[in-house]
Amino acid sequence: MNLFEYVRPSSIAEAVAAAGEPGSAYLGAGTNLLDLMKGGVTRPSRLVDLTHLPDLNGIETLPDGSARIGALVKNSALAHDPDFAKRFPVVAEALLAGASAQLRNAATVGGNLMQRTRCSYFNDPASACNKREPGTGCDALGGENRSHAVLGWSDHCIAVHPSDFCVPLAALGAIVEIAGAGGQREVPLTDFHRLPGDTPDRETVLEAGEMIVAVRLPADAAAFADHQRYLKVRERTSYAFALASAAAALKIENGTIVEARLALGGVATKPWRAKAAEALLAGAAPGKQVFEKAAEAAFAEARPSGDNGYKIELGKRVVARVLAMAAAGTPDRMPALPASPFAPIPEGVVNV
Amino acid sequence: MNLSLTLTINGKRREIVLDDPRVTLLDLLRERLDLTGSKKGCDRGQCGACTILVHGQRINSCLALAISYDGASITTIEGLADGDALHPVQQAFIDHDGFQCGFCTPGQIMSAVGLIAEAQAGEDAERVREAMSGNICRCGAYKGITEAVLDAQAKISAGKERDAA
Amino acid sequence: MSEIASLPTGSRQRQGSNIGQPMTRREGVLKVTGQATYAADNNPEGLLYAVVATATIARGRVTHLDVEAAKAHPGVVEVLTPQNRPPLALDPDAKLHGFMFRLDLLQNDGVRYAGQPIALVVARTLEAANEGAALLAPQYEVEAPRVDLDGENFVPEVVGPGAPARAETGDFDAEYAGSAKTLEATYETPPQYHNAMEPHSIVAAWDGDRLSIDMPTQGMAMAIDRVAGLFGIPAENIHIRSPFLGGGFGSKGMPAGPQMLGIIAAKHVGAPVKLVLSRQQMYGPVGHRGQTRQTLRLGMSDDGRLTAIEHHTLASTSRFDDFVEPASNASHTLYAAPGIRTTHEGARIDIGTPMFMRAPGEASGSAALEGAIDEAAFAARMDPLDFRLLNYAEVEPISGKPFSSKALRECYAKGAERFGWAKRPLEPRSMRDAEGRLVGWGVGTAMFPAIMFQAAARAVIRADGSGLMETGAHDMGQGAWTALHQIAADGLGLSMDETEFRAGSSDLPDAGIAGGSGHTATAGMALHRAGEDVIAKLTELAVNDENSPLYGAGNVGVVARNGRLVRQDDESRGEPYAAILQRAGLAEIEGKGQGVPDAGPREKYAMDAHGAVFAEVTVDPDLGQIRVTRLIGAFAAGRVINPRMVESQYYGGMIWGISFALHEEAVHDKRSGRIMNANLAEYRVPVNADVPSLETILVHEDDPYVNALGIKGVGEIGVTGTVGAIAGAIWHATGVRVRRFPINVADLLEGAAAR
Ligand SMILES: Cc1cc2nc3c(=O)[nH]c(=O)nc-3n(C[C@H](O)[C@H](O)[C@H](O)COP(=O)(O)OP(=O)(O)OC[C@H]3O[C@@H](n4cnc5c(N)ncnc54)[C@H](O)[C@@H]3O)c2cc1C
Ligand code: SF4
Ligand code: FES
Ligand code: FES
Repeated sequence: MNLFEYVRPSSIAEAVAAAGEPGSAYLGAGTNLLDLMKGGVTRPSRLVDLTHLPDLNGIETLPDGSARIGALVKNSALAHDPDFAKRFPVVAEALLAGASAQLRNAATVGGNLMQRTRCSYFNDPASACNKREPGTGCDALGGENRSHAVLGWSDHCIAVHPSDFCVPLAALGAIVEIAGAGGQREVPLTDFHRLPGDTPDRETVLEAGEMIVAVRLPADAAAFADHQRYLKVRERTSYAFALASAAAALKIENGTIVEARLALGGVATKPWRAKAAEALLAGAAPGKQVFEKAAEAAFAEARPSGDNGYKIELGKRVVARVLAMAAAGTPDRMPALPASPFAPIPEGVVNV
Repeated sequence: MNLSLTLTINGKRREIVLDDPRVTLLDLLRERLDLTGSKKGCDRGQCGACTILVHGQRINSCLALAISYDGASITTIEGLADGDALHPVQQAFIDHDGFQCGFCTPGQIMSAVGLIAEAQAGEDAERVREAMSGNICRCGAYKGITEAVLDAQAKISAGKERDAA
Repeated sequence: MSEIASLPTGSRQRQGSNIGQPMTRREGVLKVTGQATYAADNNPEGLLYAVVATATIARGRVTHLDVEAAKAHPGVVEVLTPQNRPPLALDPDAKLHGFMFRLDLLQNDGVRYAGQPIALVVARTLEAANEGAALLAPQYEVEAPRVDLDGENFVPEVVGPGAPARAETGDFDAEYAGSAKTLEATYETPPQYHNAMEPHSIVAAWDGDRLSIDMPTQGMAMAIDRVAGLFGIPAENIHIRSPFLGGGFGSKGMPAGPQMLGIIAAKHVGAPVKLVLSRQQMYGPVGHRGQTRQTLRLGMSDDGRLTAIEHHTLASTSRFDDFVEPASNASHTLYAAPGIRTTHEGARIDIGTPMFMRAPGEASGSAALEGAIDEAAFAARMDPLDFRLLNYAEVEPISGKPFSSKALRECYAKGAERFGWAKRPLEPRSMRDAEGRLVGWGVGTAMFPAIMFQAAARAVIRADGSGLMETGAHDMGQGAWTALHQIAADGLGLSMDETEFRAGSSDLPDAGIAGGSGHTATAGMALHRAGEDVIAKLTELAVNDENSPLYGAGNVGVVARNGRLVRQDDESRGEPYAAILQRAGLAEIEGKGQGVPDAGPREKYAMDAHGAVFAEVTVDPDLGQIRVTRLIGAFAAGRVINPRMVESQYYGGMIWGISFALHEEAVHDKRSGRIMNANLAEYRVPVNADVPSLETILVHEDDPYVNALGIKGVGEIGVTGTVGAIAGAIWHATGVRVRRFPINVADLLEGAAAR
């Protein structure tokens, strides 16, 4: 790890000013940033420590019914907040399906949104990587890419966005509140992360010095509380990133899906909202067939970026399953194995 | 750059002046404060051997920048026993053979103490396994670990009930 | 109550109170309080930190290192490269015997695998040393590497540490040609890395030409020998302390190159140096389990009797040294057939040299063999357990030798009963759990040879009647501090608390190697013999002393029990050890013992531990994710010294089996040769949630031949059999036969699609 200047601002304004300098990076809990610095993947010359800032630690319900989560709220604190978890159970389930208890106790909401890809070439400074060093090429193309993206990739980058948390946020239409030198602005989460295109190094819409101050879940997102689930397939039962995951939220009235929300994780270069699938579901009666159709729609544009064609099939099955689980209803209690295929499955959901 | 910080480690307040901003909590404990009970298995948040409690919550000390934790109250494996009297989790790990080589053990035990305080798992072994999955044991002592956590948790809550009565 | 029959009347079956007891670990309190000191926990005064810089290419030459930049970094004290590395007394590429492996000690600018040390940075802090190493920014002349098995191969002279590469009994070709049914299957196993939780580390300090080392090692004496040779100092000038290893699994059997670099650094800078490998650096210079491609050809009669077994292994080794995974040899012992042939080939590729890794040969070999046996059973329309019983080896198939003991039938029976195996339907894909997931059951046979090395021990009885036993044994988690202490106490006829037990330091008698599952047997036998020796000497004193109640009892024999010597024919007549020594005016009396394999019985008998593992897996039929929901292993491994520790060894081994079957695999980028998942997040090993249910059954077995204590070994056998059981269960659940490990989600999705 390189030497750096450590700055501890006492206000958002100070933070933004300090981080405006080139080479600066914000420090949340550091569970991703320090990891990258130890690996020589990033070498910031200044760390601006956000963790001592006041007022970014709250989970509040705003007068309009939306929920506002401060950027420094710990992943575990959010997942275990009883009121929040009741209104947005899919968010809690996704959070608890990510990383480990220790990491969730440290990791911040802002840091989670900003975490970098697990692409092994990105994480290996000896490899060519357009994301790490623009213009050097992409060693994942033609390399070990079984875990890479099938949606949203470009010839410049095929890396997956690794966050679980962001998947339900995308589905539920979360808003990211941003502070910068010019004041505050907000962006829908689905617009917050960028597609790689030919600038995979630019991962979000944040400009130099801008920071996340909060994430908001709009009031209407709570209307899905009775029917929402997260499902995550991974190569071990816990403490592993997703091969494919999906968050589904349904508003069901009188046996009809009035509105559907669906987003994908582990398969795309950013948290992936599946709007075409949502449209297909709206107005339909919940059922295997329509769920499978929705799954097809969600992956209609998917194509392998290497040895990862299996992810398309897997992703479809995850979608069909998570929709069926959501339709069956949010469980009263978080399953022992959150978001795992080995958590209890509602009857009739498994294909026989 | 002001690199001085105050930590309360195992109940003792310590003023620390760092000569380097890069020091992690784990390296601070191990290499500068001679508290070598916390172990480094990966240094990258992938194994849990470095687990300590910060304000009672378990975290990976290898991915925690020491200077950022100014003001924190920390418990390490060295601070768990009360003199010669082992913490119930420590005793349970011995009783259930919840370790072999012992290298992951300080992290497992701190993680278990954190888990019991979180009170999320109850008596459900499956919840305990999931909640302890951030601590890798290459020796494969998981069965004993899970039994030890359940046993210690039962003893701790029995103790609390007794105290309340 | 402890008892030992003394010489000269010869040893008697002992009824010691310590052996066989499920005692908790003697070092338990140290380990749960953080006070057990592993090598890297030592911080001597004036300590400097060394960090190795490793190659990012797999083949070629280092053309430039930015030594200036590294040296300019605040805190960096010195940079060692091939240019300034002090000379060694022995070429690190010298290979004087089969157990000597070539090391990378900055002898030249060549790179022969990714992860090879190419320089060393010494600094006042760990942070500075790490950054110094990064600042070296090596440049290379790169050659195209080869990291897989496709390409040119060779036939090795020996496999493993020295077994013949080919073995045969009967006429395989004729038997195979004449078989009613034949089956051919190719299985692949990936490169695997030991990944002990404790990374290889060393704290080295020189004092003139004396060297003090804290270093985890599974072979203290071999390590001393290696260090003495490399540095040209007498063995007695070297002191290694290795009280605790944070796991070894074979990778700490031989001192690793980077650890030797720590010694070089300490010498060069004239201060104590700590060197600890990063997790990433554990993938290269400290050994691994080489990848294999194994082809099994089985012939059988119509009724499912095996007639021919051929097991061919192609295994990787490095370009510069030899260790070919002896995987085919798993077929020497397990199943009877008139024609058996085992062969090996090696592939020289650009990797660090593979080495012993928990159940070397047996793990990979039995994974493939058990898979093929499972396939053969189904081809014969037989239950896989019945098939194994039908082909049960009454004598060791390859040699025709009888087994010194073999309670495998009982293992099968007890395991099957506990598991409920009788209810297993023959057809795959015929069981579901309550929620509709696929369920499958599989079985595998476990086997591991009862190996012994050589060890020595010293026994002392002191004037106060207490005892001391010493042997430089190694506890890497298997429980040596406890099990050997139990044997030691019984050897002296004392309780554990009356017996001081010392181990883990090189100034004690050589305890041999903690490997091959042979440490308890070997070091245990040394302790046992040392106990006999000291008791015999004590007896000698007593029976010749007119003032002793045992005077003249030499002919009837004397028994040591509870700190007393008593007459064998009249146990009321005797006296405490202390009385004998005090009368003789001795402060203590000393005995010595050796633990060595008994050549006679070993010629006559095949000696192996056996077991049967039963696995239940649950597979999500849509998503392909797998979980081993139940694993039961029944093992017969001779005398059990401490059932608690033995069970833990089996559990650990079985979890390694889960890992082999479902998780671990090092993935090389074929172009660069680098391992792309050299960490613990993407190189997956099981986590707690992967192990919902584990059971072991300790099947009683008396073995009169293996050694006087009747001990076989328990450390490695758990891996074997388990892999095959899980793979068989996955097939039984899904109908998809995956012949490549680890079996993963994509395999089952693709398999399901192809089905
Ligand atoms: C072994 C391991 C396994 C993991 N498994 C999973 C998993 O399964 N699922 C999953 O979703 N995640 C997983 N994670 C990732 C984990 O969730 C992230 O590391 C964590 O959320 C990052 O939060 P942090 O506060 O530590 O961020 P930091 O490390 O402090 O910061 C991460 C990035 O965000 C920037 N940043 C931080 N806060 C702000 C802010 N307020 N505004 C702007 N920029 C900011 C930083 O500059 C940095 O670039 C895993 C991590 C590890 C190490
Ligand atoms: S996929 Fe993206 S992150 Fe990975 S190597 Fe290519 S450019 Fe870099
Ligand atoms: S050392 Fe911190 S998680 Fe491994
Ligand atoms: S006890 Fe050895 S790693 Fe857990």
